[in-house]
This record gives sequence, C-alpha cells and structure tokens, in this order.
Amino acid sequence: MLHKFYGGVHPDDHKGASNGRPITPIKPPAQVVIPMAMHVGAPCKPVVAKGDAVKVGQLIGETTGLGAPIHASVSGTVAAVEPRPNNSGRPTMSVVIDNDFQDTPAPPMARPNPPDKLTPQQVVDIVRDAGITGMGGASFPAHVKLSGAIGKADTCIINGAECEPWITADHRLMLEQGPRIVGGARVLMRAMGLKQVVIGVEENKPDAIARLKEAAGPKGDVVVEPLRTRYPQGAEKQLIQRITGREVPPGKLPADVKCLVFNVGTAAAVYDAVYEGRPVTHRVVTVTGSAVKRPSNFLAPVGTLFDYLIEQAGGFAEPPVRVISGGPMMGVAQAQLDVPAVKATNCVLCFSKADMPAVDPEQTCIRCARCVNVCPMHLTPLYLNMYTNKEDWAQCEKLRLLDCMECGSCNYICPARIPLVQNFRRAKGALRAQMAAAKK
Amino acid sequence: MDEKVKTAPAKAGPLMLSVASSPHATSPVGTAKLMRDVLIALLPALLVAAYFFGPRAVALTALSAAGCMCFEWGYRKLMKQSNTLGDLSAIVTGVLIAFVCPVTLPYWIILIGDFFAIVVVKQLFGGLGKNFLNPALAGRAFMMLCYPVPMTTWAVPGPAGWAGVLSAVDASTGATPLSADFMHNGLLPAASLQDMFVGNIGGCIGEISALALIAGGIYLIWRGVIRARVPAAYLATVAALAFLFPLGGNDRLAWMLYQLLGGGLMLGAFFMATDYVTSPCTRNGELLYGIGCGLLTVFIRYFGGYPEGVSYAILLMNLCAWLFDKVGMPARFGVTKEMKQAERAKAREAAVGKGGK
Repeated sequence: MLHKFYGGVHPDDHKGASNGRPITPIKPPAQVVIPMAMHVGAPCKPVVAKGDAVKVGQLIGETTGLGAPIHASVSGTVAAVEPRPNNSGRPTMSVVIDNDFQDTPAPPMARPNPPDKLTPQQVVDIVRDAGITGMGGASFPAHVKLSGAIGKADTCIINGAECEPWITADHRLMLEQGPRIVGGARVLMRAMGLKQVVIGVEENKPDAIARLKEAAGPKGDVVVEPLRTRYPQGAEKQLIQRITGREVPPGKLPADVKCLVFNVGTAAAVYDAVYEGRPVTHRVVTVTGSAVKRPSNFLAPVGTLFDYLIEQAGGFAEPPVRVISGGPMMGVAQAQLDVPAVKATNCVLCFSKADMPAVDPEQTCIRCARCVNVCPMHLTPLYLNMYTNKEDWAQCEKLRLLDCMECGSCNYICPARIPLVQNFRRAKGALRAQMAAAKK
Repeated sequence: MDEKVKTAPAKAGPLMLSVASSPHATSPVGTAKLMRDVLIALLPALLVAAYFFGPRAVALTALSAAGCMCFEWGYRKLMKQSNTLGDLSAIVTGVLIAFVCPVTLPYWIILIGDFFAIVVVKQLFGGLGKNFLNPALAGRAFMMLCYPVPMTTWAVPGPAGWAGVLSAVDASTGATPLSADFMHNGLLPAASLQDMFVGNIGGCIGEISALALIAGGIYLIWRGVIRARVPAAYLATVAALAFLFPLGGNDRLAWMLYQLLGGGLMLGAFFMATDYVTSPCTRNGELLYGIGCGLLTVFIRYFGGYPEGVSYAILLMNLCAWLFDKVGMPARFGVTKEMKQAERAKAREAAVGKGGK
C-alpha cells in the first residue's frame, strides 16, 4: 500500500529530449581527471604517482576514513597527481591519466564465494572494495550504509524515481539493464536478510516499470512500485515515506526507521562488483539541454571532462547560458567546463537562453503560502525567509531551518521570485556558525 | 560510435556561463498571473451585477479600479518607491471595493474608500504583502463609518430599478434580504431561494449572485490560486450553526440556505477571506481561521446590532492570522505523536526533579 508524501511540485520534465537515446559507450577520452574526493567523507589518498602505468579498475585512491576507494577508469599512464578544478567549485586533488586506448583490465576483484552464497559481511567488503557510492547524486559510501543496516532494517528500497527534470540516465539504465538492477537488488536484499526488495519508479516511466517487472520475474521477491510523478519523490526521506509511511526523524538516518535506500545505478554497480568483479569505473551520464546539439545518454569513464562530454553530444547548438552538473532543481551551475564527471554525476545540463528560469525581479512576499504547501519537509519557507532577512538565526532554528534539504520546491513555486534556497543556504551557514560558537 | 561524425568544438569562443544558486527552474506562475486569475474569477459576478443593476455597476467598478491604481501609483511615486501597478493587486482591490458597495453609491465616496484602502491600509504599512487588514474590507468599513446612509441605500434589482449612470437618485430603492427582521426576529426574506441563488436580490454590487461567486471560487480552486480549506471551513461553520440554531421556528434547511446565500457570505468566503496577505499560511491555521470567520459571522448576524457580519468577521480574523499560523505550524517531519509525548514526559520529569532538589 502506498502512502502520501506531503507537498512537492510538478515542473515540466523535459525528459523527452533524451529519454529515447540509448546508452552509448562514449568514444574514449584522451585523458581523464579523477578527483580523490567524490563521496561524502574524507578524501582518498592517491596511491599512484606520475609516470605509473595503470589498468582499468586498478586502485588509485585509498580511503582515509569514511569514504570509498577510487579506481582508474581507463588504462594508461598517470600524467599528474595534482589539484584540478572540480564540479563542486573547488580545486580537488586529482589523478590525471593519459589514456592508452588499450582498455587493459586489471585482474577482477577477488570473490570468496559464488554470488548467492556470500555472507552479509562479504557483500559489504565487496561493495567497499568496488568503491560503490550513492549513484543518485548523494554519493554516500554504500558499504557504510549497508553495514549499518544489516540486521536492523526490514525494508530495502531501490530508487528509480528519477524525479529531477531533464535527467534520463536512470530511466535508460532501467530500460536497458533491468536484469543487472534486479540482480544487484537481490544481492542487497540477501545481505540484509530480507525476503523482499521494492523498486520505486515514477509513473512517467511506464516502459521502465514494465521492463523491471519483466526482469523481476514471477518470484515476488522483487516488487516494482509505480510512484506518483511529483518532485521530490526521489528524495530518500520522501521515498521512504511514500513506500512505508514512515518518516525519518530529524537528524536521523533511514536505518533509524528500518529502511535502506539505494539508487538503481548503485544496485547495478553492486551487480557488477559481485558477479563480475568490476569496481566502479564508468557511469551513465545524460548530456542534455536545449543548448546541446544531440542530447545523449553516455556510458562514460569516471573523470571524463564536461567539455568532452558536450563535444561528443555534438557540441553546442546555440550558446550555452548556464551549464549545470545534475538536474535543474538541485544541480550545481558550473563556471568552467574542464571539470570531470564523477561517480555521482548523472547529468550535464546545458541551458540555452530559452531554458533559463524566469528573470522577473524579486518582489515582496504576498504570503500566498504556496511554499508552505509544497515543502516536503513540513516547513514554512515564508517565515524562515522573513527571519533570514532579519538575521534572527534563533527563530530560524526554532522553525527547523536545518531540516531543509534544499530541494528547491518553494523556490520553484514562489510567484514573487524570491531566491529562497539561496537565502536558506546563507542562513544555515550563519546558524551553524552560531551553534558552533555557542558550544565552545 | 561513428568517428567520422563531425563534432563542433565545445568551446568555440570564450564561454559566458551564468552561475546561480539552485534551483534553476521556476514555475510559470508569478504574482501578476495569480491576480489576473482572481480578476477573471470576479468577472461572472460583475456580469450578473451589470444585468441586475445596470451600467452603473460596471462604471462604479471601473472607477474604483482606476482610483486604486492612481492612488497606488501616486503614493509610490511620491515616496520614490518602485512602480507596482504591474502586479495587478491594486486592480483587484479596486474591483473588490466596488463589489462591497451599493450600486447607488456616489462616485466620490468610493474614491474615498479607494484612498483609505490603498494608501492608509496597504501602502502606509509597506505595500503589497505587508498590510494586516484586507484593504477592500477595511475600505468598506471606513465608508460605512463615514457614510452609513449612502452605504446602505439599496437599488431594486432588474432593469426597472437601474440607476442612471451619472446620478443615482432616480434609482428606486429597496431592501436587501438581510434585514434586521430576518436576522434577529427570524422572519424569512420575501425573495425566493432561487432568486437568492441567481442574484435577483438587493445588495452590494458583487455579492448578490451566489451562483456567479461559486463559479468564480471553483475556478480559483481549480487553477490552484486559492485553496479550498478557508472557504470550505467558513461556509461549513456558518451552515452548521444556522442548521443547528434556526431562529423564529423556521425550517432548519430553509433557514440555513437563506443564511448561506444572503449577504456577502459567498463573496467573503471565496474572495475576501482567502486574501493571501491577511490570511494564515499553514494548513491548520487556514482551517481555524475559516471556522473563526464562520463563528463570528453568525454571532454578528444573530446578536449584533447590524444585520450583516461578514466584513467585520473577516477583518477581526485578519488580525488573528499570525496567531492561527503559530498554532497551526505543521508537525515536524519525522516527529510522531509518541515521540512528542515522550519528550513532554521527559521535560516534566526534569521539572519535577529540579523541584525536588
């Protein structure tokens, strides 16, 4: 039985631009730039040096705490280990590899048992060694999530909602590689000691739902659940609420309500690691937007630069006004294009002038309450904004500013065009600083 | 991939990329579009008024709208503030002011109401979004205070009673169904329920036709401009009270329907109480506010010295909007009732512990 989630918006999804384009392995780039920080946690320590020869799948970055190891995505020679521009805006220590175009594979990862005989701990180890992080965008190390939930969680959810407009990477993956997703989902389910796993997919992808059902077969252990199309349905907390009716308490994790959510891309990566001994070296990236000549879904090596991805999509059809890493609701606008696609980069979105959001000047709040009605976290954005303008951080905290996940629904719907998310980011920074100062 | 495919270079020249905070998408609905929808929704009521009250109804409405625009533009020009005519809110206020006045009202009086609504109630407090009273209703209250007789001189509906466009003295005057006799002594009005529903009754320009107002209200709800909570709670409260406590030994149902269709209730419930600026923003707050409006309306109608209570009920509730929001704050995501109870018990224990020491 499906439950409601509260709020949300329904922006024009623009998925038609690229959802008919099959996933194409990209023409190999001459060079890849692999940042050592592309997950939640501590950056990895590079274990290769300039001049070293590397093979596809070879370990090049070791974890130094919370994190996931990083592997070479092409074979060739390490050209540099140095800080390079990154799509998060800051230069990040990166391993730069010159491609020898040989695709020489590293030996497959060791597998202690056949896939269906693995113990939960063995699955966790494989997931960790394969460097799997949340492929939906959050980039949280998957083995940490998994090991924290084994024995605790009673529900495993695979997230195929893909609620952000424009992005079709997960949609194509579900269409073309349903068995891999289902296989990975079963591995995760078994590791968690569960009898069932639920794959949630938004109703605007009926073909993906059909294909996944086909891949799941009649056994009934993999349930495909169509979800109402409404952004942010794919946000972890909203997905859990929709499927189980449970709400993740403030400051807690899904495991605290006995749930665990993995993206479909993560499930596919788990399949690769467990069945084929392959770590994460490639991912599906949607290159789209009206500024791009041929919107495409590429299978690209991690570390492929944005300008190369765009070039392979035919280049720019018209001058791009904004290039976004991720979707339009939560993605990060880029100042330069020599930044790499990382494990979590699902989309390179190139806006032409026509795609740009309304540029009406900001007006005063008319208290229309549309923001209150769309906020999936039950907040009152108009009041938060009022106190942000007054710099009253204590009131902001009282109105649960820190519960805000910056999904952008309020900002999207605001008829007065108030940059709510931007204001809240500023307020959160100030509030956190104040709280840290108070602790000292 | 076919390697012969000619690919344009990604970087043809220096790229000028604009960088901004997410989200990079906005809804196509802006403030002016919302206000335009409200104007569209008011149109049926204006047409009915034009039919029953003649061209003067349209002239008065147009003048009021123009007056509000002039005052808004003039005030902001004088104060060197931005021009806000484009948000259309001044026109909405102007139309609504005319809608709560009788068709026989002298033109100059409505301009005074416009001035009070726009300059005193709205602009002096900071303009759209900052006023704490509904400008149109506050304007009406001001005119009622200063010009009680012209504000309660009712024209008889129908072409025979049409007032002249320029002078209103030749209009034949009648009464509204909401007489003191109906409200306080329980005598049902002479108008049939059907006339009350269609609008073939005396009253203010925009309030007579429940049919037209409900149509407008449904349009607004369908377009997502207003939410159904406030009008639904408001009308349901009035209906319930009227049904439970009919006066003068009347048939409950008939009494309830006369109460619902009479006076400014429909106009108030769909177009005045739902005013964004002066109503609560939270779901529970909206419900409480609607119920409060309904309670006050019936109280004023039953026990007040004045047979109509809608405008004062809404104005009084406007003053409480912030309170309703405070009470109606949505439950925190992820905090269940049990968690809240446990927290309260803990706090109580802590308090007791402290007291013991």
